[in-house]
Amino acid sequence: MSDTASRIIKIATKKRYKNKYHWTDYFSYFYLFLGVLLMFGPVVWLGLSSLKTLAGIQEYPPTILPLSQIQVDVEGYDKPLPIFNVTQEDGSVKQLAQIKRIGINAKMVDPLNPEETIKVPIDKREKVREFKIQWENYVDPLRKYDFLLYFKNSTFITVVATIITLIINSMAAYALSIYEFRGKNFALVFVIGTLLIPLTIILVPVFYVVANFGMINSLWGVILPGAATPTGVFLLRQYMLTLPRELIEAARMDHASEWAIYWRVVLPLSIPAIAVLAIFSIMWRWNDFLWPLIVLSKSEVYTLQIGLNAFHGELTSQWNYVLSMTMVTLLPIAIIFTYLQKFITTGIASTGMK
Amino acid sequence: MENIRNQIKIFFLRILNIPFAFLMHAIDLIMWPIQKIIGVRNMPYIFLLPNLIFFGLFVIIPLGANFFFSLSSGDELLFAERELPTTKQYDQLFDCESYLNPNTCTEDFFWRGVYNTIFFVVFQVGLMIFFSVLTAVILNKKIIGRGFFRSVFFFPVLLSPVVVGLIWQWILLKNGAFNAIIESYGGDKVSFLTDPSWAMASVIFVSIWAHMGFYTLIVLAGLQAIPPNLYEAAEMDGTSRERIFFRITIPLLMPNLLVVFILASIKGVQTFDEIYVLTGGGPGTSTSLIVQYIFTTGFASSGSVQNFGLAAAASMVLGVVLLFLTLMQLYFSRNKESKHQEI
Repeated sequence: MSDTASRIIKIATKKRYKNKYHWTDYFSYFYLFLGVLLMFGPVVWLGLSSLKTLAGIQEYPPTILPLSQIQVDVEGYDKPLPIFNVTQEDGSVKQLAQIKRIGINAKMVDPLNPEETIKVPIDKREKVREFKIQWENYVDPLRKYDFLLYFKNSTFITVVATIITLIINSMAAYALSIYEFRGKNFALVFVIGTLLIPLTIILVPVFYVVANFGMINSLWGVILPGAATPTGVFLLRQYMLTLPRELIEAARMDHASEWAIYWRVVLPLSIPAIAVLAIFSIMWRWNDFLWPLIVLSKSEVYTLQIGLNAFHGELTSQWNYVLSMTMVTLLPIAIIFTYLQKFITTGIASTGMK
Repeated sequence: MENIRNQIKIFFLRILNIPFAFLMHAIDLIMWPIQKIIGVRNMPYIFLLPNLIFFGLFVIIPLGANFFFSLSSGDELLFAERELPTTKQYDQLFDCESYLNPNTCTEDFFWRGVYNTIFFVVFQVGLMIFFSVLTAVILNKKIIGRGFFRSVFFFPVLLSPVVVGLIWQWILLKNGAFNAIIESYGGDKVSFLTDPSWAMASVIFVSIWAHMGFYTLIVLAGLQAIPPNLYEAAEMDGTSRERIFFRITIPLLMPNLLVVFILASIKGVQTFDEIYVLTGGGPGTSTSLIVQYIFTTGFASSGSVQNFGLAAAASMVLGVVLLFLTLMQLYFSRNKESKHQEI
């Protein structure tokens, strides 16, 4: 009997030893839990709050869900008044509307009996809430302000710039990977060289060049300066180097022109690399801020990013519109991310760039 | 099911292909005669041409022009109307009684920017790399829901600086969510963005939040490149986890970390967007970095005060710093590759 018991204990402890949790395991899950709260929390919080009324957003301390206070129209008052549950002296609860708060007392009125005002200590009242989604936050800015236009501008820049980037970068990558020609090394060094010169150190002269072409306050002034990217050329070249040369030779035997080889043979085979560059380019263009801020100073050509920033600057108190438009701005990228996450992360891990 | 989905995909790709094929055929009409005239041998130059034109126009010429702007003075953007040559801009930038005290400089705004940038980069890069490594090491373990956690940490990287700036400006408001949390635990409200002693810390925090995922991803790739047989051997020998971490993981990650460190510094020195949205460089000049100075002197200040020359000179100073960092990066990444080959 005792033998069996000791064996059971042995087995049990052995098993426990095998499944033993190291302190780092507990720490890991604790850290990840905190991480999710800190990384994802703000965005969720933004999404929820963008559905609240302005009063709900400004409420302190804030509520998590869009629960706004019920308001009623009371005869003799211009604005709708917020409703409170008031605990009366005899313990019963009555719904009253608040006119004004004066120090620790609130001046309140019974909506059913609007003539009489009642003084109530503020700790005796409690807000009456209802679940209400304020879709107007999303509709109003699109209708009253120019956000639809900004959205269009941003989309135009993103689409056109990405197409131009893909075509000219893949052309350069094709030349640098398939052919042997004089000056190839020079061209490669030239492209690497441009990698070392970020926009921030040539802001003034690029502005000068763009101004010379008359592209200030034009969407083309945003699209063209960043169209050729060394990152893109390298990404595509690296991929094209792995394509079998026999295919190109075979196409040449069939009297295909070099351009036809480029777009009929090499481009379709490079789709994976092109997809990565396309996603990058879309991200760069949609999120671009510093350069559009310099080139675009008229509101008809604002992108979503610039428009949002300017809108926030003008109307600091309209947080309900700012939050909803922030959601609109981040939504396209969030959708792309959820579908194409693998592409993005492998792209970044393999190039070390974003 | 899979088959149908694939067919739908192919169908849409075909439709998308129509304008593309049309465009390509049209270009071929031009390219074919060119190829006939110059020959196949010279075709790569044609393919390179558009990219080189763009690089030339928007990178190489501007780089030369930057020298010119920084060495000439005047309020005009046109070359012909600027005075040449002069070192006035550089004299003005470096006119200081003591370089350690920005108040004694003519361009005190620039020197505050320099010191703020140094402070910002040291703390932002240091803390960010620390947390990236910590996160990557944890995500590299066999944990439940690894893919989910990885995308959660990576997600903010894709947000635009304006979105990041606005979200955090709103959360860090005096009556914002952060202060509500602090108060519910019995703390006092803090003006994160308007109190000069807090603004820099807040800006560093937000910047780490926004960029950490990117570096986590790179460190994670480095961790996964460590040969697993090393770990197996260590486990066979009954090595403790702490020892494995400090004797295997960290040393083998070191070359990778060095590159990440410099990469983060290169980006950190150029930080502008999020801070511009969050605090606008304020309160006062407590969060304005060098790029903020370049932007403000060159573009943002009203007409008469705009000083392209001064902005260009400051860009040149920034350029020298970046050149130094980039050369370091190239040196170390070459070292890293040769070390990998040795293994």
